[in-house]
Amino acid sequence: MSTGVAIVGAAESDLGVTNRSILGLQTQAVTRALGDAGLRLRDVDGFATTGISRFSAAQMADYFGVQPRWTDSTFAGGSAYEMMVARAVQAINSGQAATIVVSFASNQRSARSRSLGGGVESHTPEAQFETPYDPLFPLSYYAMAAQKYLHKYGATREELAEIAVAARDWALLNPAAFRYGAGAITAEDIVNSAMISSPLTVGDCCLVTDGGGAVVLTSSDRAKDLKKKPVEVLGYGERSTNTSMTAVDDLTVTGAVGSGADALGRAGLTPADIDIVEVYDSFTITVALTLEALGFCRRGEALEWIQGGRIRPGGDFALNTSGGGLSYCHPGQYGILLLVEAVRQLRGEAGDRQVPGARTALAHGTGGILSTHATVVLGVDA
Amino acid sequence: MITPQVPAADEVTEGWWEATKAHRLVVQSCTGCGRVQHPPRAVCIHCGSIEHLGWAHASGAGVVDSFTVVHRALRPALALPYVIARVRLDEGPILLTRLEGRDVNSWSIDDRVCVTWVDIEDGRALPVFQPI
Repeated sequence: MSTGVAIVGAAESDLGVTNRSILGLQTQAVTRALGDAGLRLRDVDGFATTGISRFSAAQMADYFGVQPRWTDSTFAGGSAYEMMVARAVQAINSGQAATIVVSFASNQRSARSRSLGGGVESHTPEAQFETPYDPLFPLSYYAMAAQKYLHKYGATREELAEIAVAARDWALLNPAAFRYGAGAITAEDIVNSAMISSPLTVGDCCLVTDGGGAVVLTSSDRAKDLKKKPVEVLGYGERSTNTSMTAVDDLTVTGAVGSGADALGRAGLTPADIDIVEVYDSFTITVALTLEALGFCRRGEALEWIQGGRIRPGGDFALNTSGGGLSYCHPGQYGILLLVEAVRQLRGEAGDRQVPGARTALAHGTGGILSTHATVVLGVDA
Repeated sequence: MITPQVPAADEVTEGWWEATKAHRLVVQSCTGCGRVQHPPRAVCIHCGSIEHLGWAHASGAGVVDSFTVVHRALRPALALPYVIARVRLDEGPILLTRLEGRDVNSWSIDDRVCVTWVDIEDGRALPVFQPI
């Protein structure tokens, strides 16, 4: 059942190595998404974005010379955009805004702005109790989750690598992907690539690229008059669980359990009803943990369940069809691009990687060190 | 390990860091509900009390909850590889720490460990863990 709000526009900015500014890429994403919807900047009365400055949405308003009736600058890493879709639905349904753009862009590869240590702020407990030990941030946390998972369930690094292998196969079908044309890879390639933070190698880690995207939301009633097939927002949910590396008792269970149940419950759907699944693949292990948490397979079984081609193109579980953060694009807060790909699949615009007959999709963003989790369920009429 | 700059303690964490000067490991405890937590906070996450928080001696023994061998240096001075771990103290709380005193490739989840100390220039010390 629809929330009464639909996504009516979706677009990427330039991706990869762009040598462009953050606001230049944001402008591309926003204007392309509005063009996709057949709308103009003056039709927008709400902006949701982050990753620009401390006042991200106000910065956007200033940059575009508008005074929006509604903004959201929620900073929650890669899950922020799924959270913003939820906030946008509420704002539109309550009448505070009519047309909202959710966007993000980063030039982290061109600007060489990414560090292995991340950005723990000096006034937080983590700065006193964790940073002094020099964990790679966020990588070492995901590595400890992977170590725990493989130990607990007797799974292998080769089985885990299937997530990266399948992502590459999808990217080979996506001309916008960073690894498009780079050729297929094997589990052995992943396992034998440079070890970064065991058991994760460089092949288990997402790309570091520039990139961005935007989606435009408005009421389902207005959406009927616009140029593209509306993609209805059916459900949403979120959980925020930790900033510390020690707060979560079981590293193999994430907040996606709650966010997914809320989102699917609101949509009146079960995991079996979902045709397209786009989940944040910051690292291979992130996908395994998220698939289990969302209920697509049982706990401890994800790595066995994905084998045999199931998540590769042509398989029976359409997962991360763009090529994901592992092989398509990872601008640092990749969650916006999960939504863009889900919309394209539901509209039948995904070219060589189109999943035939897709009517429902789930996008799940993850931020920080499995800190924030947000799920959006989308659907189109047959 | 090469010890880094550690931010100064604040009014909430002062007691924990003070104990490290004598190589004593403590955990924050709540006399309101009898439970413990880490890191120290101004509020008990179990019962919500802000008035019953104090310090309890920790034995320094625990078990490796998970770990990772790090092969990329964050700081030029760091010797590679090194082992980052979550150690679950026998008292319950989990600490982020280093594992030392053994070949980096010989660690396993569920290994028993005990605390040892790395002194910082300002007189405080960082707890790290070694095989029992």
